[in-house]
Amino acid sequence: MKLTLHVWRQERAGVEGRMASYEASDVNPDMSFLEMLDVVNEDLSMKGEAPIAFDHDCREGICGSCGFVINGVAHGGHKGTTVCQLHMRHFSDGDVLYLEPFRASAFPVIRDLVVDRSAFDRIIASGGYVSAPTGSAPDGNAIPIAKEIADRSMDAAACIGCGACVAACPNASASLFTGAKLSHLNLLPQGRAEMRRRTLRMDSQVREELFGSCTNIGECEAVCPKEIRLEVIARMNRNYLLARLLRG
Amino acid sequence: MELKSNCPSGPIETAWEKHKFDLKLVNPANKRKLDVIVVGSGLAGASAAASLGELGYRVQCFCFQDSPRRAHSIAAQGGINAAKNYQNDGDSVFRLFYDTVKGGDFRSREANVYRLAQISVNIIDQCVAQGVPFARDYGGTLANRSFGGAQVSRTFYARGQTGQQLLLGAYQALERQVASGSVTMRPRTEMLDLIVVDGRARGIVTRDLVDGKIRVHLADAVVLGTGGYGNVFYLSTNAKGSNCTAAWRAYKRGAGFANPCFSQIHPTCIPVSGEYQSKLTLMSESLRNDGRIWVPRKAGDRRPASEIPPEERDYYLERRYPSFGNLVPRDVASRAAKAVCDEGRGVGTGLGVYLDFSDAVGRLGEQTVRERYGNLFDMYERITGENPYRVPMRIFPAVHYVMGGLWVDYDLMTTIPGLFCIGEANFSDHGANRLGASALMQGLADGYFILPYTLGDYLAKNPGTPLSEDEAPVEDVRREVEERTSRLLAIGGHRTAASFHRELGKLMWEECGMARNAQGLERALGKIPELREEFWQNVTVPGSGSDLNSSLEYAGRVADFLELGELMCLDALERKESCGGHFREEYQTADGEALRDDANFSFAAAWFHQEGRRPELVREPLEFAYVKPTQRSYK
Repeated sequence: MKLTLHVWRQERAGVEGRMASYEASDVNPDMSFLEMLDVVNEDLSMKGEAPIAFDHDCREGICGSCGFVINGVAHGGHKGTTVCQLHMRHFSDGDVLYLEPFRASAFPVIRDLVVDRSAFDRIIASGGYVSAPTGSAPDGNAIPIAKEIADRSMDAAACIGCGACVAACPNASASLFTGAKLSHLNLLPQGRAEMRRRTLRMDSQVREELFGSCTNIGECEAVCPKEIRLEVIARMNRNYLLARLLRG
Repeated sequence: MELKSNCPSGPIETAWEKHKFDLKLVNPANKRKLDVIVVGSGLAGASAAASLGELGYRVQCFCFQDSPRRAHSIAAQGGINAAKNYQNDGDSVFRLFYDTVKGGDFRSREANVYRLAQISVNIIDQCVAQGVPFARDYGGTLANRSFGGAQVSRTFYARGQTGQQLLLGAYQALERQVASGSVTMRPRTEMLDLIVVDGRARGIVTRDLVDGKIRVHLADAVVLGTGGYGNVFYLSTNAKGSNCTAAWRAYKRGAGFANPCFSQIHPTCIPVSGEYQSKLTLMSESLRNDGRIWVPRKAGDRRPASEIPPEERDYYLERRYPSFGNLVPRDVASRAAKAVCDEGRGVGTGLGVYLDFSDAVGRLGEQTVRERYGNLFDMYERITGENPYRVPMRIFPAVHYVMGGLWVDYDLMTTIPGLFCIGEANFSDHGANRLGASALMQGLADGYFILPYTLGDYLAKNPGTPLSEDEAPVEDVRREVEERTSRLLAIGGHRTAASFHRELGKLMWEECGMARNAQGLERALGKIPELREEFWQNVTVPGSGSDLNSSLEYAGRVADFLELGELMCLDALERKESCGGHFREEYQTADGEALRDDANFSFAAAWFHQEGRRPELVREPLEFAYVKPTQRSYK
């Protein structure tokens, strides 16, 4: 099949970008979306033009490197699927696709579809961990954890930090990402000791990073490739309220 | 030259304890004055950087990805082994040690493997304390599953995302150190060369992948946790960015490269669908616990799986290996799949075998199967468009892991003093074949529990000497990196780096893949230098060196693969025996199993670069005092 791509091209941060158009011909339905772009890029390279820059690495939907907006939807709108796992069999001959980077003040564009998501690392550094220095751990079975709790924690821990939630949110809120990490750690007995401190610190880092507030729209949950649920935001709000109250 | 493994003497059970006591310590006040560079932020790199930061060293950690959390350890699915014996099924440190030495086909160092098995139990404790949400039983204790090559249940897991959860644990510990100021994280930065001054590793030269600047970073020691080189085959289960450049540059600066031909082909990957294929996707080996592998009995049987009655199916692993069945080690399972496809009994494109869950669904119910493997089944369906609850999966072997890597001694130090190598990037623990769920174990053992001790010993014995960026040996390396980068940009030829990479990969897969022979290897040794020559004449790298240019990054990596591939073939040619993942067609038993030659090849082959000449081979003899080498049998 043959597709028309309109792609955001921007040479570097701080300069003006524009949409440029390309034809993708001979697209095979078994290709992944990124493989389709690989072919377009090979052609561009042979013509001496700069290929379209996009972040990617594992191509198995787990590293969280890839992600851009296809026709207005982060990761292209296939339930639980990153762009690297999105296959061309879901598109039709003649489709016109608009590819844009994740847009948010906290995610400045570096080039084309590549954005700077280092704000996420800073949110984790502010408190998204359990302080367990190497060598200090008791036996793994010393503290039993109910299966249901471990499972819920794992549901939240599945977040890959791709940033689609921020891109989809009209407020560019990082609540789903932050809530997922807080749920992962706060639900576990190992994470309880630092729960209040963690919650307050991560919240304050989120504000510093120019992310917006959550207004319960739910776009984040709809695009999340790991299907992280909105309940992590509700739990974050509860944890936050409790931490504020108990801080006195 | 002689290789000194520095393995401690005395009983193996207490060797590591004794050795730790013998290692020198660095005064806490002095740690603050010592700089350590860690390259790579996967399980090995991140755990090392975090632990070194906790100890008080000044650490700089580098990764080419935009965040340390994206290193390819994240994609490991199945699990991590530990000799906890929580299942009371007879596991022990000695059994894990025994299984690993045997699984590695007696080509690893006993002392290293024993230490690994001992440390395995601490890793689980450490990860649980960090909040890794391992699978649990209803009583709240940790759950286990069995894995290929083992008859006990010792694998800990977090759904099919164990690597992700362990890496996030290490990444969070690392970010905690970043916040405390002990670690400086340098993402989107690629190591392009190693700085060696007065015979010691003293720093690295990097390219900032955003602004293109070539920079020098100096330190008192350098640690490489840069992963494996499976992408030399172009198609592999590695991430697209995984590369050999850091390790290869270290080799070119004098580090020995051990057993480069030991690569692992994973038996359960999704088959290739077309020429545009950019990578292969692994389906966790844990699927072999409940899935049954088969092909039609008759060659050329093109009927759909559902129309082939049971008596016309060949469950060839269960038939050939009745005691291990579908759980034979990876190398055995991969070769058996190749054999049935060579006989014309492959399914799908002809390069595939069925992995069938219908019996498991019947026995356990779809819900239980979904709980165990749901995310893997979803992934399979996303990629192939087929529902594995209804039709059998099609799988085929693919390059997945390399056991070879930089040679290191018991302290994980390479042959360049001050240069350490950890995780998949070194050659240390898996011999000629790695058992499932052992890569995560090794990466974390190296990073959390071995390197922090052994690095201290080196630093205590080699107090820092002043060094500045403009001294000649440092400046020379920086200039060489700049020249190489400019040269790549200036060629302006007619082929993309990807086209060279694909050609190299095909050649490596055909001649140095699942089965090798002298003729094919010699053919490859003739062709690779020609291809490399053409690359440097005819590659085209668009764009400039002064901003984000993924074509330039990629071309540099392909250039190094074009050199490494040759060394792999040379090593494979020299090793005139079959062992583990290295199967030489000339050396096999009457029933087609690998035939080792312990009399002549019981050694680790370390190769040393010599400018303009054939690399020098130095052998490290392997001795087995605890596990007597036998022909592996999984029948």
